[in-house]
Amino acid sequence: MAIDIYKINPEFRDIMPKEIIDLEENATWAQNRIKPRGIKEMPDTKEILEEHSLCAGCPESAALRYVLAALPCPEETIIVNSTGCTSLMFPHIALHTVHSLFGNQNAVATGIKRVLDWRFPDKQKDVMVLAGDGATVDIGLDYTLQSFFRQENITTICFDNEVYANTGGQESGATPKGQVFKMAPLGKKFEKVKMWELATTAGCHYTMNMTASAPKAVAKAVREAILVAREIGPTFLNIYTPCILEIGLSANEGLGEMKDQDKDRFASYKFVSPEAEEYLKKCKAEGKL
Amino acid sequence: MANQGPAYYSPYPAALYEGVITPPEGKALLLEEVVDEEIAMREIAKQMLTKENATIFPGPQVLYGYNEEAKKKATLIKEMAEVLNAKMIPMYDYRPKYPKIDAEVEINPNHPNLTIWHNNIKAAIFIGVHCHYANVALKMVRCETDCYTIAICGLSGHEDAMATLRDQHSSELEKFIKIAREVKAELKL
Repeated sequence: MAIDIYKINPEFRDIMPKEIIDLEENATWAQNRIKPRGIKEMPDTKEILEEHSLCAGCPESAALRYVLAALPCPEETIIVNSTGCTSLMFPHIALHTVHSLFGNQNAVATGIKRVLDWRFPDKQKDVMVLAGDGATVDIGLDYTLQSFFRQENITTICFDNEVYANTGGQESGATPKGQVFKMAPLGKKFEKVKMWELATTAGCHYTMNMTASAPKAVAKAVREAILVAREIGPTFLNIYTPCILEIGLSANEGLGEMKDQDKDRFASYKFVSPEAEEYLKKCKAEGKL
Repeated sequence: MANQGPAYYSPYPAALYEGVITPPEGKALLLEEVVDEEIAMREIAKQMLTKENATIFPGPQVLYGYNEEAKKKATLIKEMAEVLNAKMIPMYDYRPKYPKIDAEVEINPNHPNLTIWHNNIKAAIFIGVHCHYANVALKMVRCETDCYTIAICGLSGHEDAMATLRDQHSSELEKFIKIAREVKAELKL
């Protein structure tokens, strides 16, 4: 038992389903010091997301599981998301999540973070934005960049599938040049927006571009980004999670696609500001990483 | 496609659109009538004791022991279920169930009518459910089933329930249990 909000009253224990009793007994929360949280615990602990309604083999669902497994303190984390495929999974997560209007996610997260810091000055509340490329790079670009300019202490994760997938396949700012989709038959005429470079320029202290092909790498990046956002300033992760349906792949081909792109459009990009680097060294020495 | 109802895009005739609003402080609501709390408690006890498959749906605010009041309420709700001979089905969180709900043993605010249909519940108490989810669930149950719904609410009550008690905390629950025992004795059950 790790956290009070999941402590079932003994009077109701006999009527509660097993999955909730498991959540109480076997989920890894930050207060559970005996067994620290991480990717390695995924096979034998209760996960914060088990069921979802995405397509079979969707890399996004895997990436979200890695992200959730890596949260340093899930019970004190609020995730803000935006409309898109990810928003189909959010109602299933056993955490606080807020669905914002399309594109507004960083503005909403800013408000939540500021209020939480005022309301709970003694607690460390992590606010994380998790949205797709349409919300982050296109429609919400203004809000995203403005939150970086203002140096808000939030972590922004973009699940970049390079397309508006759940509305039928329209090109987005993150679509690579020349790509043809069902609703973009002429192919995109402009280059992919390198959001990770924009984020660095706009003032993010920890920026990464990567795919979700390696769970441990995703988990490490998420943990570091959240720790930096707590103390130093905004952080941004751009994670490639291809829409296998829109690019014509089968359920078992998502991982291969991500591995291929590790060497191409999503070749690793990492920026860590000197302050963030210093802070991460300190965190490592304290055993937080 | 659903027909447009009195609530415009909602196909359901919500109680509010029929002029029913939550009761004032110190009062309760029985169907569309504002009555004294004790009268409502007697009627609620009678309905629960006489209708088929009476069930209590405890929500997250009482299922989890996150403070002393929640722990105390849990004990009282258990006692209430024994007095009313009612079954208990938990509404333990508000996440939609995927791929399918087990309607026999759980209830969900996204499709509460399934549980009521499956178990043929004719009277039900909602307690410890957060306001907005209680509102959604009660509207659906009101429109989709013939279940007599009862909201025992810690705040201002729910007009979509057939009977509403407002400002109910552990002391009020104790009072309700006492009245339920009396009604049970009167009904010789």
